Amino acid sequence: MQRKFLNLFIQAGVAGAVAFVSWTLFQNTQANLEARNIASGFDFMSVESGLPINDSLLPYEPSDTYGYAFFIGVLNTLYVSLLGIFAATAIGVLIGCARVSSNWLVSRLAAVYVEILRNVPLLLTLFFTYVVVLASLPHPRASLNPFTGIFINNRGFYLPAPVPYAGFWCVTAAVLLSFLMIFIISRVSKRKRDETGKGLPTLMIGASLLVAVPSLTWILSAPVVDFEFAVLKGFNFRGGLVLRPEFSALMIGLVLYTAAFIAENVRSGIQSVNKGQVEAAKALGVKSSLTMRRIILPQALRVSIPATTNDYTSLVKNSSLAVAIGYPDMVSVGGTIIGQNDQAIEIIGLWMAVYLAINLVVSAIMNWLNAKVQVVER
Amino acid sequence: MIKKTIACLTLVSTAFWASTVVSGTLDNVKSKGELTLGVSEGVPGFSAPDDKGVWTGFDVDMGRAVAAAVLGDGDKIKYVPLASKQKIVAVSSGQVDITSRTTTWTMKRDAKQGVDFTVPVFYDGQGFLTTKASGVTSAKQLDGASVCVTSGTTSELNVADFARANGISLETVVFEGKKEAFHAYTSNRCDAFTTDMSQIASLRTTVANPDDHLILPEIFSKEPLSPLVKHGDNQWKDLVTWVINGLIEAEEKGITQANVLEMKASSQDPTVQRMLGVSGDVGSFINLDNDWLVRAIQTVGNYGEIYNRHFGPDTKLKIPRGLNNIWTNGGLLYAMPIR
Repeated sequence: MQRKFLNLFIQAGVAGAVAFVSWTLFQNTQANLEARNIASGFDFMSVESGLPINDSLLPYEPSDTYGYAFFIGVLNTLYVSLLGIFAATAIGVLIGCARVSSNWLVSRLAAVYVEILRNVPLLLTLFFTYVVVLASLPHPRASLNPFTGIFINNRGFYLPAPVPYAGFWCVTAAVLLSFLMIFIISRVSKRKRDETGKGLPTLMIGASLLVAVPSLTWILSAPVVDFEFAVLKGFNFRGGLVLRPEFSALMIGLVLYTAAFIAENVRSGIQSVNKGQVEAAKALGVKSSLTMRRIILPQALRVSIPATTNDYTSLVKNSSLAVAIGYPDMVSVGGTIIGQNDQAIEIIGLWMAVYLAINLVVSAIMNWLNAKVQVVER
Repeated sequence: MIKKTIACLTLVSTAFWASTVVSGTLDNVKSKGELTLGVSEGVPGFSAPDDKGVWTGFDVDMGRAVAAAVLGDGDKIKYVPLASKQKIVAVSSGQVDITSRTTTWTMKRDAKQGVDFTVPVFYDGQGFLTTKASGVTSAKQLDGASVCVTSGTTSELNVADFARANGISLETVVFEGKKEAFHAYTSNRCDAFTTDMSQIASLRTTVANPDDHLILPEIFSKEPLSPLVKHGDNQWKDLVTWVINGLIEAEEKGITQANVLEMKASSQDPTVQRMLGVSGDVGSFINLDNDWLVRAIQTVGNYGEIYNRHFGPDTKLKIPRGLNNIWTNGGLLYAMPIR
């Protein structure tokens, strides 16, 4: 009893000491900033920024506020992270499967890929991809024009921008509707299989639904969409959708780099499954696709997911290297804000808070996924 | 166990309080026996290590003059290379005694960032570099062009202001490092490159064919570059201010590295006699002895000599003196009287 009391007392003491030290640090910083007449606080966030951002997902003008400019940067960071996570996973799984392939050439090539990308610092990979992207593409006046409306030059990939009509939203609704129907059908099929041992041909039904419903809506509600083409005016192309070389280089570098790590997670996951299980499945005459889906994958995921969570959070953090090759992510925009008003502490605090928030969300989702695939003890 | 923890905590918290005590920079420099000088990470002409690793440049010489005046030896300097983002914080926090690093004197920095500026040593301004092949002769023709720029400076704000003021649209591509930004320009990613004129001149020397590139005539910002010190240490600020004033006044009076001792011995000009400590006691005004300026000039020469050594016609940069000339020669340099 006394022991318990003492423990509680020590814990309260340590917590109090930590709080005291943080409070002292905070007070001290505040006092010193004040004594040196250094501006602090977030008042500047509502002041007109005047800074240009060349690649933004939402409309942005230099006459917008610092707060909005920073928000545009945060959106770019989120955009790169999200796209990066999906693309890196797709490529990573492919390479990982190739790595355990029984084909000698395929597995060797995958190994070479993994070793090169994994062992070169990401910053160098980014510089390399950026220099290659810039050097291999022509000047706007000598643009490559592989298809009508598509222009490729060292200012970016220009694609026709879709201009949606009312029919576009009908088609979108149709796609959502068919997904809903597929979901219901798969539930019905599962129940039927549990009861009778034989389900419905869900794959066939689903595919035909997904093709039939939206295309029928498309025909009925035409015109659905129009395209705006990019045109060369003066120095650059205007209009259309553009993927700038900085964005492309950043995505290529980040995705290839992270995919190498994910490939290794996939490989270790697959190899962790006991060989005897595959052999047992073969002996029982289970189809190899079913063996993969029902026996190997569920067990491989258990090993792969925790490691992949780390790689996802690293990808989010690594996206801050965008600043080196001129992509306006949160760190680049924040750096400019520091350069203009020298309030470094506030901006660095915001950077930390945003990265922390993104990565906590990523971790939460991955932990949920991990809990789903763990062995359910009965 | 608990006793130990408490003792530890007490020690840590006293350390926090103790660190808030501040002493004068001059006493600090004297007791350290060296000057801590914040410089750039390498801008040729202003501050960059030479092939032997010795820091040289215009900004470096300003620091060497102060070190010579205070410590009697221009080599007693510890150089701290600072990124653009660090240059203000490094001096306001006391990490360096002076930042002498192409820093623009602006209202906010002076009033709200805990630093004080001393003397404008270089009147700079932002401009554009473009290729001759583009056929552009004025910055106002750049509508729709891509412009490469470095982050962490006022350059981005200036270029956006210029575009808005002239009703043109520019696509700015922002890079963390100057080298990367310039490389993107030379690889044709951008139609133009923008930064301060002095640095454009410096970077243009690094391309294969400098004549293929054209500096556009528009200078669209005022960039008075000045060394800066911590806000509130007036004794130190006065000292740095007057050493630099002395270098400018020395050029006006014709005092050079070569003739300074001769001038001291024989000049009949009362102003020169006061400056060089023959008469009066101006040294004591800034808590130094009377030979302070003699030592500074012996070490680095007068302002004009420093300028010519790093930017003059015999250097790679060849920046015309323009505004950076003595007022009697049509420039803006006007040293306050030493008396």
